[in-house]
Amino acid sequence: MSVQYKAGAKLASTVCDGQILVLRVPAVPVDLRIGGAPVALASAVGERTAIDPALSGGIQTGKRYTDEAETMEFLCTKAGAGTISVDGVALGIKAAKALPSSD
Amino acid sequence: MNLFTLLEMAADAMGDRIAISHGEHDMTYAELLIAARRAAAQVHAAGATRLAYLAVNGPAAPVALFGAALAGVPYVPINYRLTDAEIAALLARIPGALLVNDVETPGWASANDGDPGVTLVSVMAFIGETLLYAGDAPDNDRSIAVELFTSGTTGAPKAAILRHDNLMAYILGSVDFMGADEDDAAIVTVPPYHVAGISAVLSSVYAGRRMVQLPAFDPGDWLMLAARHRISNAFLVPTMLQRLVEHLGKTPPDLPALRALAYGGGRMPPAIVERAMELLPRVDFTNAYGLTETSSTIALLDPADHRAARAASDPALRARLGSVGRALPMVDIAIRDEAGAVLPPGEAGLVFVRGDQVAGEYHGLGSLLDSEGWFPTRDRGWMDDAGYLFLDGRADDVIVRGGENISPGEIEAVLSDHPDVRDVAVVAMPDEQWGEAVAAVVVLAPGSTVTEAALQALVRDRLRSSRVPALVRFVEALPYNETGKLLRRVVRDQLA
Repeated sequence: MSVQYKAGAKLASTVCDGQILVLRVPAVPVDLRIGGAPVALASAVGERTAIDPALSGGIQTGKRYTDEAETMEFLCTKAGAGTISVDGVALGIKAAKALPSSD
Repeated sequence: MNLFTLLEMAADAMGDRIAISHGEHDMTYAELLIAARRAAAQVHAAGATRLAYLAVNGPAAPVALFGAALAGVPYVPINYRLTDAEIAALLARIPGALLVNDVETPGWASANDGDPGVTLVSVMAFIGETLLYAGDAPDNDRSIAVELFTSGTTGAPKAAILRHDNLMAYILGSVDFMGADEDDAAIVTVPPYHVAGISAVLSSVYAGRRMVQLPAFDPGDWLMLAARHRISNAFLVPTMLQRLVEHLGKTPPDLPALRALAYGGGRMPPAIVERAMELLPRVDFTNAYGLTETSSTIALLDPADHRAARAASDPALRARLGSVGRALPMVDIAIRDEAGAVLPPGEAGLVFVRGDQVAGEYHGLGSLLDSEGWFPTRDRGWMDDAGYLFLDGRADDVIVRGGENISPGEIEAVLSDHPDVRDVAVVAMPDEQWGEAVAAVVVLAPGSTVTEAALQALVRDRLRSSRVPALVRFVEALPYNETGKLLRRVVRDQLA
């Protein structure tokens, strides 16, 4: 099920504890899933369904997830057992250069 | 996007960690979250359109920052060092605000004609409120997180706007979530109304680094607090670092836990940095360059850069100790001439910056970004061929002598090299022949007998003759504001 998301939306997995914040999405509908099941608005998660074992690598709080071409970006705000996928392709952690604290 | 998310993540993942230490009191991330929910409830109850904060740094400042975000109103910290009339004038620009204030009978209330139209709440009542707002933080597109009145060193203060998206871009791009060790602690000496005071809160919360608040900087107090709390990280504005170095003299401080010391917010003489590095050889030094309008830091001279520059014999590499480093990965910096053309490395011009964290916007003036997102910082500078940025003062401070543009920075650098010169400001003074002439205002070391002619000769030896100050005036001290910004307008007025 493809949906047009917008930056700032808070979404939750329907198979695990995972929650994500949309930082950047393309201007076209995408099929966004965590653990193989479509995500729901964080405020409207109902009953949980089963996780897809092939998409159970998990997500970590504070990591940003992106596709290979970096057309989209999601921030994990709560860790979970499921992996994020878009249109059937699993997303990876966005590599970030470690910076010294300047504050 | 809403900044409140940062606190929710911290409270969820490390709720029991201490977020803030102030005096004898500690507050965990879970407690900070609850306090912010109480603050939001008060904003809603008052029907306030802003949450303003007029007090010294304390736990109530971070509470107000996140509480405003949750309530969906801008947070407006105000400089408590201003005069009553100045404060009243700023409050009149934020009608409908709920104002957190720590004075029982504020002088500003009767300073100007008319009621400023704000609702007052004391710091104690603000923190002590028990009603909790349990709702979610709103996500209005591009809503305003913070409004900061600029220091107004060149005129009336402007209200700079920082949106949630700008500050989130800065934090997500520069801070690792829970990147701090559990016993790390940062000492916060910058005031809450400075952009570095805002970014200190956001960075520390996201990194999970305890903030130890010191409302009024004093080198002795700073050292005592740093030892007592086993401080691992610190940020100082240049005047603070200079006072700390002078306070220490030749005695290294006993701060075994201190790992990282960042400085920024103004001109930093390389000699002071070298002294600090000598006194604290195991500490990582970072120079941060940023502006209010850019959500804080946009360029960094990192610890490896500091060590490499200090060890270098090549003058070009060694000079990098006086650079503000390279652009953050998520920021672009360019140098342009007056006509807007991009200049090659080595050529001085105006510094422009672009990136998601760059707000570049003021109330009443709108956005100053061009069609490609570039913001004119009004700082002058140049980059070397490896992208290290060297600043050369503000565009407004350039001295125009007979049609020739003269940057005060290069003359100040030469005069600072004299062993008897402790501080110096070079400014324009009116001149009948040239339009403007170069004047140097110099603070000498105690007991020095250096003459005007000797300092003029020093500049003549090193720079073109047009750079030689027509006047050298000796003074006891130069005027700075409390965050270390040299008040050049005051220096110029004193010469006139």
